[in-house]
Amino acid sequence: MGSTNSTLIKIPNVDELIQETGFSTAHIIRLHDRFKELDKERRGYLCPQDFGAIKGLAINPIGDRIIGAFFSPGRETVDFYTFVKILAHFRPADNSRPKESSSPEPINSRTNKLKFVFQMYDIDKDGKISRIDLLKALRSMLEMQVTEEQLDSIVDRTIQEADLDGDDAISFEEFRKSLEKVNIDHKMSIRFLR
Amino acid sequence: MACLGNFALFLVLFVILNAQCRAVTIEEKDENTFKNTPTDTGSTTNTSGGGHEPAAIQTLPIVTWKWHHVETPYLVALWILTCWLCKLVCELNHKITSVIPESGVLIILGFVLGGIVWGADKAQTFKLVPVNFFYYLLPQIILDASYCMPNKLFFSNLGAILIHAVIATCWNAASVGIALWGCYEGGAMGNLDIGPLQFLLFGALLSAVDPVAVIAVFEEVHVNEVLYILVFGESLLNDGVTVVLYSVFDAFVSLGGPKINAEEIIKGIISFFVVAFGGSFLGVVFAVITSMLTRITYKVQVIEAGFIIVIGYLSYLTAEMLSLSAILSITFMGVCCQKYINANMDEKSVTTLRYSLKVMANGSETMIFIFLGVSAIDKNIWVWNTGFILLTILFIIVFRFMGCFFLNWILNQTRLIPISFTDQLVMSYGGLRGAVAYGLAALLDEKKIPEKNLMLGTTLIVVYFTVVLQGITMKPLVQWLNVKRSTKSDLTLNGKANNRVFEHVVTAMEDICGRMGDNWWTRNWNHFEKKYVCWLLMKKDARKINDKILGAFHTLNMEDARNYVLENEVNGSLGFIRNYDAANVDFKEKIAFDYANIMPNIMADMSDYDFNIENVPVTSIIRNPVPSVSMDINEQDMRNINGNLTAHQILDQNLYQSRMHNHPAYSRSNYNTTQNPVEVQEIFQRTMRNRLESFKAAKRGISPANKKISKHSKKDSTMKTNGKPVDPHRTHPFGDEDFEFSADSASSSEAAANFPGRRSGAGIVNPAFIHEMETPSPMRNLPQTQTGNSRLPLKPTDLRGLTPPRMTNRSTDSVMMADASVNEKKPEKPEDKPGSHNTKL
Repeated sequence: MGSTNSTLIKIPNVDELIQETGFSTAHIIRLHDRFKELDKERRGYLCPQDFGAIKGLAINPIGDRIIGAFFSPGRETVDFYTFVKILAHFRPADNSRPKESSSPEPINSRTNKLKFVFQMYDIDKDGKISRIDLLKALRSMLEMQVTEEQLDSIVDRTIQEADLDGDDAISFEEFRKSLEKVNIDHKMSIRFLR
Repeated sequence: MACLGNFALFLVLFVILNAQCRAVTIEEKDENTFKNTPTDTGSTTNTSGGGHEPAAIQTLPIVTWKWHHVETPYLVALWILTCWLCKLVCELNHKITSVIPESGVLIILGFVLGGIVWGADKAQTFKLVPVNFFYYLLPQIILDASYCMPNKLFFSNLGAILIHAVIATCWNAASVGIALWGCYEGGAMGNLDIGPLQFLLFGALLSAVDPVAVIAVFEEVHVNEVLYILVFGESLLNDGVTVVLYSVFDAFVSLGGPKINAEEIIKGIISFFVVAFGGSFLGVVFAVITSMLTRITYKVQVIEAGFIIVIGYLSYLTAEMLSLSAILSITFMGVCCQKYINANMDEKSVTTLRYSLKVMANGSETMIFIFLGVSAIDKNIWVWNTGFILLTILFIIVFRFMGCFFLNWILNQTRLIPISFTDQLVMSYGGLRGAVAYGLAALLDEKKIPEKNLMLGTTLIVVYFTVVLQGITMKPLVQWLNVKRSTKSDLTLNGKANNRVFEHVVTAMEDICGRMGDNWWTRNWNHFEKKYVCWLLMKKDARKINDKILGAFHTLNMEDARNYVLENEVNGSLGFIRNYDAANVDFKEKIAFDYANIMPNIMADMSDYDFNIENVPVTSIIRNPVPSVSMDINEQDMRNINGNLTAHQILDQNLYQSRMHNHPAYSRSNYNTTQNPVEVQEIFQRTMRNRLESFKAAKRGISPANKKISKHSKKDSTMKTNGKPVDPHRTHPFGDEDFEFSADSASSSEAAANFPGRRSGAGIVNPAFIHEMETPSPMRNLPQTQTGNSRLPLKPTDLRGLTPPRMTNRSTDSVMMADASVNEKKPEKPEDKPGSHNTKL
C-alpha cells in the first residue's frame, strides 16, 4: 500500500484525473508505469519519437495519425495528464454508475469516441472529411495492389454513402449518422481499461 | 382453397404411406412364405413369390414384377418424399407454425405417420437406426451449419463457446447422472437394474444440446447475434463432446465397476481430450486439403461444389475410423475452409454449394424430426417409470440453468461486453435435446444395460418435452423478456472502412498501453494469415480481393449492377448502355444530383444474364473514357471486342427465337405457354410493313426502304440465316419468288426470311422482346412501331389491295404472296385466309 501511495503522490493532479477520466487508481498507476517506460529519457513528457519506438505502432498503417491524436496542434510534447485523458476514450462505458445529468459528458461517451475516430480521418482539421482526407486515409489502409482508379471510386462511393447535404465531404453530423447502428462502445473499448 | 390444398396433400401422404405399408406387408409375407416353403413342404419352387427367383421360365415374360430389385431404394425414396411432403404441409399452415415451431409440428406429424405404419403392420417396421442417423443424416447438417457459420463471430466468441461446450457438458452429464443415482438410491424410482456408471452414461447422452433443434427454434426467433452464436456454437461443439463422453462412459460400463481404478479414470480423461482435439485437428487438416484443392478445381467447375461435400463427408468418416470425434472434425473442417474456398471457387460454385448443402441439411433435418415421431409409436420401447422420467426432466433443466449461470458469471468477469441476464436465461432455456441424444440412446447395448428401453423411452420424452414444449414457449419468452433482437445492418463502405479504423486505433492503443489485449490475437493471426495461410490456400487472383474494404466495394458494385439490370429490364432493354453519350442514368435517387464520376464504373461479370454486358458506365465518364474499376482480369480483352459485342447484343435482343431452339429440354411442357399473341402480331405487322415498303418502292420505281428499317432487317435476316443450318432461301418453299422480288429490296428479303418464323408461330420466347413490346423502348422500337401504327394496316384483312394475285394451296403463305407479287393486283381469296389467321391472333 505504501508504494501505491508514494506513486500516486508523484503524479500531479491525480484526483482531478481520476474524477475526469473515471479510471481507478490501479489503472492510473499502471498507466503511469507505462508512461515512464515510454519516457526513456525521463523528461516527464513524451515526444512523437517515443511513440514511434513502439514496435506495434511502427507497423500500424495509421500509426502516424494515432500518434498525432496525442499532440494538440503546434505542440511537440504530451504530458501524463493528457496521455491518460486520451486513453480514457477507450474505457468501456459503464452502465452501473448512475447518470447525473448535471455532470459533464464523460470522456468515454459515444460522441467523444466518435470524435476521436473522426479526427483520424480529418487531417486538415477543418471539421470535415473531405475527399482528399478520405483518399489519404484509405490509401494508407489499403494495400498497394489497389490501383489509384479503384481507390478514387471507392472514395467517391464512400463519401456518397454518408454525404447527406451534397457538399462532397462528410461532416461530423453525417459521420455520426452513418454509424448510427454501430455499437461504438463495443468496438472502441479496451477490456483491460475497465 | 388453401384448406382444400392441404387436405389434398394429406391425402397424398396417406396414399403414399399406405402403399409403403402394404408393400412392406407384402414383402414380409413373401419372406414368410419364402422361409416357410423349404421347411414345411419341401417344394423347390415358389411360384407365388415376387418373381425374382431364377426359376425356369416357360415363356418369355414381357414385363415382370420386380419389387425385390428396387425394394430398399424405393422405400427410402418414398420415405424421403413423405417426410418432405410433411414439411410442405407444415409450411402451408402458417397459423400452426407461428405457434409451434416447425420441428415440433414435424414430430407430431411423425406420430401420425408412425400410427399409420403401426396400424398397417402391427409392428414398428421403420425407425431411426443410429447407423443411418450418424452416417447419412447428421453429417450434412453439421457441414451446412459449420460452412454457413459466421466465422468472425464464432472465433471471437470461441473461448466462451468452448467453455460452455466442454465444461458445461461435463457438468451436465455428471450432475444429472449422479443426481439420478442419488434419487434411485433414495428409492424414488422403485426397483430398477441400473448401476451408478449406467446413470452416468445416461447423463452423458442426455447432455447433448442438439444443434438441429436449436437452429430450428432459434432461427425463427431472431435473437441477437452474440446470443445466437453462443447457443449455436455450443450446441454444435457440445455434440462432439457428448459423443466423446458417451464413449468413455460406455467403455467404463463395459469394463464394469470393480475394474475401474485411478489409472483407468486418468486414461478416460486423456482419451477425452485426445478424441476431442484430435477430431478438431483432423478437421483443420481436411480444411487445408480442401482449400488447396479448390485452388485448381476451376478446371472442373461443374463438380467443384461436389468436392467440398465429399471431402467433408470423408473427414467425418476418417475421424470415425480413427475413433476421433467425427462431429468436431466436420465442424472444424467447415468453419476453417469456408473463407478460402469461397474465395477460390467461382461465385456460381459457391452458390451451388450453399444451396445443395441447404437442400441436404434441411432434407435430413426434416427426416430426423419425422422419424423421432415415428419411432415413438412402438410399444416395445415404452417402459414407464414415472419417477425416473419426471426426475430426469427436472434435473436436465435445473442443472442446465445452474451450469449456464455459473459459467456465464465467470465469463462476465472478463468479458468486454457482459452477457446480460436475459440472454443467460434464454441460453439456459435453449438447451434443447434432439436426435443426437436419441441416436446415442438407441446405440446402447441391451446386454450391458438391461434397462435400455427405459432409457430410450425417457430420452424420447425428454426430446419431445424440450423440442415441443420449450420450443413453443421460446418465442413468447424471448418477447416477454425483451431480449435484444438481431439488427440487420446494411453493408456499406463506410461501415467497412470505419471498422478498419476502429481496429487499428484500438490495437494502437493497446500497444501504447503495452499490454496484450483482445486484439492482439486477432491482429497477429491476421498478419500470419496474410503472410502464409493465404499464400498457401488461396488462388493468386482470389488473394487480391481478399481485402475487406475492397471486397465490400466489389459486393456493392455487383449488387448495384444487378439491381440496375433488373430495373431497366422491366423498363425495356439495356440497349442504351451501349450508347456512351446517352448514358446519364440515375443510379440511385439520392445521388442523382451529383454529376460526373460519382459512381464507380461497374465492371461486372454478368455471365448470369443472357446478355453480355461487360461494363456499365453509369454516368458520363469524364476522367476515364473506359471503365477503370474492374475485378475482372479479362477486362482488357473485353474492351477490344467491345464493338463486336454491341452487334451481338442487338442481334440477341432483336431476334425471335426459332422454334427449333425453343427450350430444348422442356419443350414438351412449355410448348403452349410460349406463344405470345402480341409478339406474333408484331411479327405480322413488321412483315406487312416491309411488304408495303417494297410495294411502294416497286410502284414508284425507286430504291426502297428507309434506312432504319433496312438496318434492322439486315441484321435480322443475317441472324436468321445463321440460326438455320441451311440457307433459308434454299429451303424456303417460295425461295424463287423471293429472289425475284427481293432483288431490289432488302426489306422484302427480310420479310421472306422472317416468314418461317411467323409460320412456326409457337416458338417465340425472347423475354427481352416481350418486355419491349409491353413498354417499347424509345431507342429502337418506337420508330418502327410508330410508323407501323400510322401507316400500316393492322389487320391482314385490310390488305385487300395488296393481296397476291396467284393462287396458292398454302393458306398461311397467302400473306407472303402479297410480297411476292405486288405488281399484279388480282385479289382472289384474301379475306378468308388472312382473316382466319387474324382470329388466331
